[in-house]
Amino acid sequence: MSIRVLVQEADFDIGDELARLEALGGGGVASFTGVVRGGDELAALHLEAYPGMTQRALDDIAAQAQSRFPLLGLTLIHRYGTLVPGARIVLVATVARHRGAALEACAFLIDWAKTKAPFWKQERFADGTARWIEQTATDTDTAAMWDASAEHGRP
Amino acid sequence: MGVELLYFAWVREAIGRDGETVEPPADVRDVAALLDWLAGRGEGYAEAFADRARLRCAIDQRFTTLDAAIAGAKEIAIFPPVTGG
Repeated sequence: MSIRVLVQEADFDIGDELARLEALGGGGVASFTGVVRGGDELAALHLEAYPGMTQRALDDIAAQAQSRFPLLGLTLIHRYGTLVPGARIVLVATVARHRGAALEACAFLIDWAKTKAPFWKQERFADGTARWIEQTATDTDTAAMWDASAEHGRP
Repeated sequence: MGVELLYFAWVREAIGRDGETVEPPADVRDVAALLDWLAGRGEGYAEAFADRARLRCAIDQRFTTLDAAIAGAKEIAIFPPVTGG
């Protein structure tokens, strides 16, 4: 099992990351990329992290995915800092022998990363104003469904 | 013994600093009591801690709840619900 968890300011190369997983001998690679949504005069999205704890929390989430799904490898990269619309924020990628585990683990990882890792998003607008994004009930409910589910399986 | 406090997002902005070291009195036993004690330090603190339902915390870099005991804690972080991903 190959686990790669990174918290970084720099962008990442999706092709390189997926190729790394493809080389692990599985039959299915799944991935999710979170991107800064455009519109509403948004100039940038600022992501604040908790140095030390953010890495630890993502490591814990990766370990949970490893224990719940038969994976051969997973990659979880989350950026912080000031990102413009269209910029990549997060990459989750998984590889398993079959597609089911890869796809489910991918969904699990992003659902938990959204609600169980210390990051805070602030929208910064073209007119100079800013707004901290509020956690949504949908996000917490979706993550909680994985809590309620058995060791394996869908929420 | 002092405990290091860390503030994030709008909690940090309301208080006007990202952290500090404090020595709470012995009768401050949990995070909620710590917030009550800190709220007496000034307007920014009172504003940041006014609505407890909007606050989350971590002790020594582990998420916990506001009723968690602070005895032995080295680092306590106060912040809004997380919004990563």
